[in-house]
Amino acid sequence: MNALDFDWKPMALVPVLALLVLPFIGSPSTWVTLTVAGLAMGMIIFIIASGLTLVFGLMDVLNFGHGVFIALGAFVATSVLGSMGDYTASENLWQNLLAVFPAMVIAMLVAGAVGLAFERYIVRPVYGNHLKQILITMGGMIIGEEMIKVIWGPQQIALPLPAGMRGSLLLGDAAVEKYRVIAVVVGLLVFAILLWVLTRTKAGLLIRAGVQDREMVESLGYRIKVLFIGVFVAGSALAGLGGVMWGLYQQSITPQMGAQVNVLIFIVLIIGGLGSTTGALIGALLVGLMANYTGFLVPKAALFSNIALMMAILLWRPQGVYALGK
Amino acid sequence: MLKRILSNDFPRSRVLAVILVALLLALAFTPFVFSGVKALNVAAKVLIFLVLVASFDLLLGYTGIVSFAHTMFFGIGAYGIAIASARMGPGWDAVIAGLLASLALSFVLALLVGLFSLRVRAIFFSMITLAVAAAFQTLASQLSDITGGEDGLTFKVPQVLSPGFRISETPWLGVHLDGRLICYYLLFFTALAAVLAMLRIVNSPFGRVLQAIRENEFRAEAIGYRVVVYRTTSSILSALFATLAGAMLAIWLRYNGPDTSLSFEIMLDVLLIVVIGGMGTIYGAAIGSGIFVVAQSYLQDLLKLASDATSALPWLSALLSPDRWLLWLGLLFVLSVYHFPTGVVGRLRAARHSA
Amino acid sequence: MTADLLTLRGVHTHIGAYHILHGVDLSVPRGQLTMLLGRNGAGKTTTLRTIMGLWHASKGSISFDGRDITATPTPRIAGLNIAYVPENMGIFADLTVKENMLLAARQAKHAGQIDDERLKWIFSLFPAVEKFWNHPAGKLSGGQKQMLAVSRAIIEPRELLIIDEPSKGLAPVIINNMIDAFAQLKASGVTILLVEQNINFAKRLGDTVAVMDNGVVVHAGSMQALAEDEETQHSLLGLAI
Repeated sequence: MNALDFDWKPMALVPVLALLVLPFIGSPSTWVTLTVAGLAMGMIIFIIASGLTLVFGLMDVLNFGHGVFIALGAFVATSVLGSMGDYTASENLWQNLLAVFPAMVIAMLVAGAVGLAFERYIVRPVYGNHLKQILITMGGMIIGEEMIKVIWGPQQIALPLPAGMRGSLLLGDAAVEKYRVIAVVVGLLVFAILLWVLTRTKAGLLIRAGVQDREMVESLGYRIKVLFIGVFVAGSALAGLGGVMWGLYQQSITPQMGAQVNVLIFIVLIIGGLGSTTGALIGALLVGLMANYTGFLVPKAALFSNIALMMAILLWRPQGVYALGK
Repeated sequence: MLKRILSNDFPRSRVLAVILVALLLALAFTPFVFSGVKALNVAAKVLIFLVLVASFDLLLGYTGIVSFAHTMFFGIGAYGIAIASARMGPGWDAVIAGLLASLALSFVLALLVGLFSLRVRAIFFSMITLAVAAAFQTLASQLSDITGGEDGLTFKVPQVLSPGFRISETPWLGVHLDGRLICYYLLFFTALAAVLAMLRIVNSPFGRVLQAIRENEFRAEAIGYRVVVYRTTSSILSALFATLAGAMLAIWLRYNGPDTSLSFEIMLDVLLIVVIGGMGTIYGAAIGSGIFVVAQSYLQDLLKLASDATSALPWLSALLSPDRWLLWLGLLFVLSVYHFPTGVVGRLRAARHSA
Repeated sequence: MTADLLTLRGVHTHIGAYHILHGVDLSVPRGQLTMLLGRNGAGKTTTLRTIMGLWHASKGSISFDGRDITATPTPRIAGLNIAYVPENMGIFADLTVKENMLLAARQAKHAGQIDDERLKWIFSLFPAVEKFWNHPAGKLSGGQKQMLAVSRAIIEPRELLIIDEPSKGLAPVIINNMIDAFAQLKASGVTILLVEQNINFAKRLGDTVAVMDNGVVVHAGSMQALAEDEETQHSLLGLAI
């Protein structure tokens, strides 16, 4: 009997989509540029979505306010980067990283700290009641968005890429933006770390088990509530990181960005299946690719194309591509 | 006879009854009692939200479905009137055509949404409606040939309803008998009819089955009710009333754009009203709309006063700025969900029983 | 040290609007195997779940080794070295057999730290656990899952084992292995509370017996006394098996 009876079909969706689109785009070099852009966007979305899917899978909590951490991370990073002008102005990539890396870390810490408060005061009182969760977490997001406006102002703020990260690399005929390659690398790194934690540590084991059968994990002697707080905080921090990267990708940030990205995140979660990290990755990559391909081919249909994709997948697997037997 | 009008669904609380009667009288006599254009606008907004929120309560409070796509139907109703009036020229034929077309479209969409909701889990469904609503708003601003895009559509209403029209030059009881007045009363009686109709629906055998399904779907199916049929019918009815509210909005404003009727803020407002007012009561929509719209319109002025008064402390002043109205709304929202889970109506009714 | 390791007094449990347990009195003596019998729907599983804190007792008291655990949260109860094997086995289907066992072995941070001796003993009783060590637990047959569930409960020394119908779907030779395992555990001082339909368990291992019906315990006493009392056996037969 095959020990790794792995369900590979959903993973194949990503290359299949990429190849299907090729004839429509025509030029291979444009295709390469778009595909890298799509993968980069997908990776950033994955970073944000990964936390949310685990939170739902583990504790059955629907956080409609996840967007607030995205925006928070982006704004905090902007402030940090703003104060490190010497490093960001430099053309040297390593100098840039000396500014960007701390910005990311601080953004994650702030987002995580706010996540801790969010879990304690907004989410915890409404465990078990989906309707109330939806309402309250939305309320939490509104409050968060307004507080951002109070602190940073309601207008859009520019977030230019550090000098060393601008520009493109040439892969044969195709021009590929440097930052996008960086984003893909960071995304893969996050995925690898998540996978390592989930499969090689006992905490990860507990999370995976808890997603399937919370009661049994408690019956085995583990305080799953503590675990959940940890996952929620980690998820918020990851959303903060995603916010930083999204802000740099768009080169501007607004207080509403959280709510905007939220819609995409939900589409990703639905495609991927609630509770599955790999599903979230696949969903995110598909969404990122779709957004970029249709952005090029049929710009007006961008959001719709993702919804159509979501509907199509739901017709195939109504619980998402990697559904957890619950 | 009162029993039949209210479909045997009495307020069941003296305080509530008093408030409702006061609200009814206030709305009925606004043009005569409150002076100024603003007051009339506020009252019209209350009427429109009343119908919109009540239709949402039908879906959420009575059927137990959480759908964020409700504003889509609101928008369809508004755009129906707007597009028809802009294309066909002002007049009752445009209004009727627009209304019928938008009701038909809403019917079809609600049918699809209702059927789809049963194929996926409830949580997925809510998330999907969020995405669909966002997409619809984008669509409306992108199909600028038809919808006027971001700028929206300004149009004229039938002559009888337009501000220029006069029944008589001399004011009656201090009020000008113009088209605006007529328009207001058109809205008033439409809203009244709609609310009474919804009361009739939720108190009918159909409504009882809806509540049974909300409580325990499995059991309802086991007893023999086809959940699909009931849920879908409820979705459709709810959507049709929302569409009607949209038409009311368009006729009053003589303008419609993506932000006027499709914005997420409106969805949040509806949610807030239904939670504060009380889910599953229909009366909650009335109370909630009244409180909310009045507060929204006049509280901002209050916030401005407070903000100016605390200008010595810039951080406090920023928190109290009238632009940050939504912040306080959000706090109120969260507090209501915790402490007012049954809403104002629920609280009043419970107080009556424990007294 | 009390003679009874686990005591329930007047325990009522409500699930939503349903009143399932109507005042359960149960004593589980130390170092013995107590069998909980009764027809389907009598409240046996509810009693076990209430003990484990998965459902809350609305009235009455539960004490373990002298301390009151009526309102203690489930993880703490498990932490008192009480192992629970639920009726549905509680196997984590997406995790491998090894990972399932690792979770149960609270002292071990990774698989290498699991007690080798103990593991060998378990493998000798339940060969399937060794055979499918690296396979997803969901791929096991019903009987194999049952073996895994019991293995998890005994991977580390526990004071009390609470087990709900472990022999369902097992082949007779495996059932014998299980009975042997329980006998060995009992010999080493472990207390066992067992819900079981299989008569062999009762004959070979049962020290005390409690019969439930309609949410209360209707008969309690030693197995021996019951074996000698044909009349009571007949009147309870309709209730027991």
